[in-house]
Amino acid sequence: MAEFSIDRFVDRYAERTSGMSASEVRALFAVASRPEVVSLAGGMPYVEALPAQDVLEVATEVVRDLGPTALQYGGGEGQMALRERAAMLMAEEGVDADPDDVVITTGAQQALDLLGKIFIDPGDTIAVEAPAYVGALTAFDAYEPRFLTIELDDEGMIVEQLERAIVRGERPTFVYTVPNFGNPAGVTMSGRRREQLVALCRETGIPIIEDNPYGLLRFDGEPLPCLRSLDPRNVIYLGTVSKTFSPGVRVGWALADPSVIQRLVLAKEAADLCGSNFTMLITERWFSDDARWRTALTGLVDTYRSRRDAMLDALDEHFPSTATWTRPSGGFYVWVTLPDWSDTTSMLAAAVERRVAYVPGTAFYPDARGADRMRLAYCYPTEDRIREGVARLATLLEDDARLYRSMHGS
Amino acid sequence: MRIAIVAGGRTPERDVSLRSGHRMTLSLEDLGHEGWLLDPAEAPLVEALAERRPDLCWLALHGKEGEDGTVQRLLDLLEIPYTGTAAFDCEVAFDKVLAKDALRRAGVPTPPWVVIEGWALRDLGGGAALGKAVERIGLPCVVKPSRSGSALGMSFVEREADLPQAVMAALSFSGAALIEAKVEGREVAAALAGADLEPLPLVEIVPKQGIYDYAARYTAGATEYFCPARTSEGASAAVTEAASTAASALRLRDLTRVDLIVDRSDQPWVLEVNVSPGMTETSLVPMAALASGRTLSDLCDIVLRSATART
Repeated sequence: MAEFSIDRFVDRYAERTSGMSASEVRALFAVASRPEVVSLAGGMPYVEALPAQDVLEVATEVVRDLGPTALQYGGGEGQMALRERAAMLMAEEGVDADPDDVVITTGAQQALDLLGKIFIDPGDTIAVEAPAYVGALTAFDAYEPRFLTIELDDEGMIVEQLERAIVRGERPTFVYTVPNFGNPAGVTMSGRRREQLVALCRETGIPIIEDNPYGLLRFDGEPLPCLRSLDPRNVIYLGTVSKTFSPGVRVGWALADPSVIQRLVLAKEAADLCGSNFTMLITERWFSDDARWRTALTGLVDTYRSRRDAMLDALDEHFPSTATWTRPSGGFYVWVTLPDWSDTTSMLAAAVERRVAYVPGTAFYPDARGADRMRLAYCYPTEDRIREGVARLATLLEDDARLYRSMHGS
Repeated sequence: MRIAIVAGGRTPERDVSLRSGHRMTLSLEDLGHEGWLLDPAEAPLVEALAERRPDLCWLALHGKEGEDGTVQRLLDLLEIPYTGTAAFDCEVAFDKVLAKDALRRAGVPTPPWVVIEGWALRDLGGGAALGKAVERIGLPCVVKPSRSGSALGMSFVEREADLPQAVMAALSFSGAALIEAKVEGREVAAALAGADLEPLPLVEIVPKQGIYDYAARYTAGATEYFCPARTSEGASAAVTEAASTAASALRLRDLTRVDLIVDRSDQPWVLEVNVSPGMTETSLVPMAALASGRTLSDLCDIVLRSATART
């Protein structure tokens, strides 16, 4: 008798990989990426809006002027000229940054992984918003923390909840937040809450990780101060060019105290020696021409604003009165709350069958909640496709409501 | 021969199908055939077939459209021979509502079940009849979409209060849901191949979490397999007998996999049949072929001979 195992190393894997499994949702996304499906699922920046000729020129200049450097290894902290550009971009949002306190990472996503590596011991508590960015949850999860979830409302993280948890004796290793147009909720933390959070964390000595990928994608209203500018000593700030330029160049960064930066650089060198010199140079060049990047960014913001409007209008027109949703003033996402009996995970198959896709809410909670929520992204599809997708989802919600009423008597 | 391997498509099992298709392409080339992969989601199938004019289509599509007779009917119309079961019989085999009925008529043991249609729930007040389903089938039970593969949309229900949620999940994948009695025992797969549907060694499936769901099927290491199965000689013979009777009742051809459970008294119960079983390196049917001393290419040759004997 032979025993067959699909994977002969199965008994060798680390315990931390036990949660990494195939899933129905992943299988459905394989279909959802087909062109006939209106995908309101992925948060892909609309890079088609970038002027292709300009990008080509920048890439050509880099190869022509700096070929050997572009093709060589670099330092773990990233090129100084690019760190200066990062400081310039942070200054746009009122953050005062010394380029020496910046480490360039492979997207801000790598910074999340490295922060997990240098801060989290197995069993440590870390505080995250509920819902939270799924990429942060999975990055941190590999280091086996316990998640303390803090609910969001229209003003962002409910800081009083965090305070009560601390009074109860919780001592999170850090607090992670996306204060501007967060992913997935599209909510922005109010000025009052920012002050509260920064004060609470300063008093209790809990560092804050402020992840700000969407801050420059504001459609209306006035920018609020970054947490980092409210308390430079206690806030580790993450930035990226993924939404303002290109996610394909994989350029992000962390701004932190020199002691944190030193550990991040060592951790980064252990992970991948250095980032891509080639794409760092392209990114540095792109942001060296003030008019060029500002014009491109304005174009992106205008596009996303129109798409946000199209989605909110379509939701107002088609969605049932039992659903509620956020009204983001920037970023990529609308967060929908359905009646509490809903299960957006199992509903996804029927949605894909009707040629529309979204991300089920459970992806954004570390504790299996969120079945009655869904994230809708308006960043990539055109306005017509957004309207069509929302209308298709609305008919599905209506059918599901009838099923539910049939089985529950009202 | 010039063989088009049709794989991919627009179902949630697309990736598995592409993996099956790639594997088949290599095996058919090993046999000296000219094989190429056609993905109906990438290019309209009829045009691609008109352009390349294959002698035969090897169907490696999984799920709706590939297993429910749709592609088979189209190929009948185009007069292109294909591997596997005929169109109408696919339609019956893929639909658990029709297939289980046919099995019962043929005297094949299959766990008791009832069917609830989405339409009946939405428009005929069928929800009120759910209590009756529990009365007839008992708990725990298994709720499945009538037309779906890879255990997608399937859930186990222990408490009556959880039944509506499970029914809604199944109806997300299909127009009707089956509520089936849960049989405790060993899960086994019986592969049958060739013109006379020769039984291959049985594969026993032991999911580590206890449930052979989508994750257990496609996460490496989540399930252990034993081939031949660790069933008694008598039970193995009974399983093979039940699988063969099921395959002939449903008029399956060339290559099929019958999924069963052997209960504690060694009684086999047929859960479902597959007209296009997974054929990746790590799928059950290739595992069974390997245990019978054959390579995947040998298995392909057996299937091809069976399919071409019809033309």
